[in-house]
Amino acid sequence: MTEAIIQFEKVNKWFGSDFHVLRDIDLYVQPGERLVICGPSGSGKSTLIRCINALEDYQEGQLTVAGTVLGDDFKAIETVRRQVGMVFQQFNLFPHLTVLENLTLAPTRVAGLPKKEAVDLAMTQLERVRIADQAGKYPLQLSGGQQQRVAIARSLCLKPQIMLFDEPTSALDPEMIKEVLDVITNLASQGMTMLCVTHEMGFARAVADRIVFMDEGQIVEENTPEAFFAAPKTDRGQNFLSKILGH
Amino acid sequence: MADTFIPIAPRRAPAHASGTFAALRRNFFSSLPNTVVSLLLLAVFTWLAVKGWNWGIVNAVFAANADLCQAARGIGACWGVVNEKARFILLGRFPQAEQWRPVVASLALLAPVLASCSRRFWKPWLALVWLAGVAVFFALMGGGVAGLTKVPTDQWGGLPLTLMLSIISMLLAFPVSVFLALGRRSGMPAIRSLCLVFVELVRGVPLISVLFMASFMFPLFMPVGKSPDVLVRVVVGISLFAAAYMAEIIRGGLQTVGRGQQEAAASMGLTYWQAQRKIILPQALGAVVPSIVNNFISLFKDTSLVTIVSLYELTGALSLALGSDPNWRPFKIEAYLFIAAIYFAFCYAMSRYSLRLEKRIGLYGGQHEQ
Repeated sequence: MTEAIIQFEKVNKWFGSDFHVLRDIDLYVQPGERLVICGPSGSGKSTLIRCINALEDYQEGQLTVAGTVLGDDFKAIETVRRQVGMVFQQFNLFPHLTVLENLTLAPTRVAGLPKKEAVDLAMTQLERVRIADQAGKYPLQLSGGQQQRVAIARSLCLKPQIMLFDEPTSALDPEMIKEVLDVITNLASQGMTMLCVTHEMGFARAVADRIVFMDEGQIVEENTPEAFFAAPKTDRGQNFLSKILGH
Repeated sequence: MADTFIPIAPRRAPAHASGTFAALRRNFFSSLPNTVVSLLLLAVFTWLAVKGWNWGIVNAVFAANADLCQAARGIGACWGVVNEKARFILLGRFPQAEQWRPVVASLALLAPVLASCSRRFWKPWLALVWLAGVAVFFALMGGGVAGLTKVPTDQWGGLPLTLMLSIISMLLAFPVSVFLALGRRSGMPAIRSLCLVFVELVRGVPLISVLFMASFMFPLFMPVGKSPDVLVRVVVGISLFAAAYMAEIIRGGLQTVGRGQQEAAASMGLTYWQAQRKIILPQALGAVVPSIVNNFISLFKDTSLVTIVSLYELTGALSLALGSDPNWRPFKIEAYLFIAAIYFAFCYAMSRYSLRLEKRIGLYGGQHEQ
């Protein structure tokens, strides 16, 4: 077994002093693995993946990402963030910059790429999410699905080893979910380590190597999608699946 | 087989309700009471306009002749006072022979301001233009270089002084206020409280008392003869005062930028300062352009308060000009209308520019493609 690229070891996190949001999390992700994290709202799924690029800190245990232990060290956080891309539920594109400027910002400022190379890189990534023709527009002139695809392209511009998706389709109109999932599925086939919080169970079944089911800040079960969807090991898992697949 | 969906072609809105005549009727003469009020107001405005026209133009005296003005008192304006005193009002007590200097100095100071208004000039060298403008202003006003006679700051006055006080204060206050606003949202408690205390203290006192402290109290704490020039002290005082107000405006702007923006920037590896400079501040400042310009406008007029510490800017120079001359003293109103027009011209220009800026900023909200 190769060295895990993400290692949660007994990680605990509290919001304030009595909201125990992550409880004794142990999770090992292998390079190239595709994880889907699901569970009811408030179960700590988003918090879990936000810990991976240090948007959230944690109080106990140890989290190691791509060989770097995350803690209070700013340098460690910077190192990790350059290797981890993140796509948010609300896209979080920068509305005052054009699509192209959104994409070239980090490569020029963080990676120190010359302007021209950054533009070439950006256009390649826009091509990849099939939206290169919108490069000159401002984000708010695009549809939700287009914005999310731009956001995906933006996080790819730093050539991350790991991609985090925090409910990437939850803020989209139903007609646009597919175009975004298609792009993510496409990425998944290219060998990148991916963690995706989502309620799209069809997508999870098709793409995930492993499903992580969470509730009450804990990992309730981990399983292959086939096994998880066929027969969850826990009653909590069964209950959850019956609710979201039952309608 | 399913039916084929055929969309209805879009068509123009009906035209019967548009046009000037229809609009007039709808807005002013739609009912009997409406018509009566409209006609009454029209009568009042006409009466005022005729009165004003007669007083300000028809019966007015334009020549700088105090006797003619005296004769026309009550029926016509005496614009002669402007004719006679404009030089003093605009340039203050600056030595007569050297008065080309404040004129050129003012233009030198206005040049970078005007250049900054146009996006085409937003280049790194604009900072140099500013430096040059400010340097030329002080060299010309103060003299002592390039063979110019020295003119002490207590002889500076009028419009150049007003312009300098407001432009330099805005220039200094703006960066200070940005740091204060960021400081108030800082994660570091010491910085946060320091900024909070400064803002609350400065906001808690009137500008007049800040000016008093700057000009009379500050030197008491300094070794004799070591205190910086009163003008410097006053500029610093006004700047800090304006910065405290503007910091709160900018903080309001920062609050309109969602947390997601900061998170997205951080997740891409941008540092705090990079994120503020490239992502957060541009959006925050864009959101509060009207308030910032509002603050600039009020600062521009507040500079008239420096009269109380014996600096004779536009308003001060006016009272100086008329107060010492019993012949012209009765025609204060006309002189005040004159400087009111000057203040108005500057403030109106600022407010128009603010509107233009807002429109430009509105562009990225996707508003121009509807």
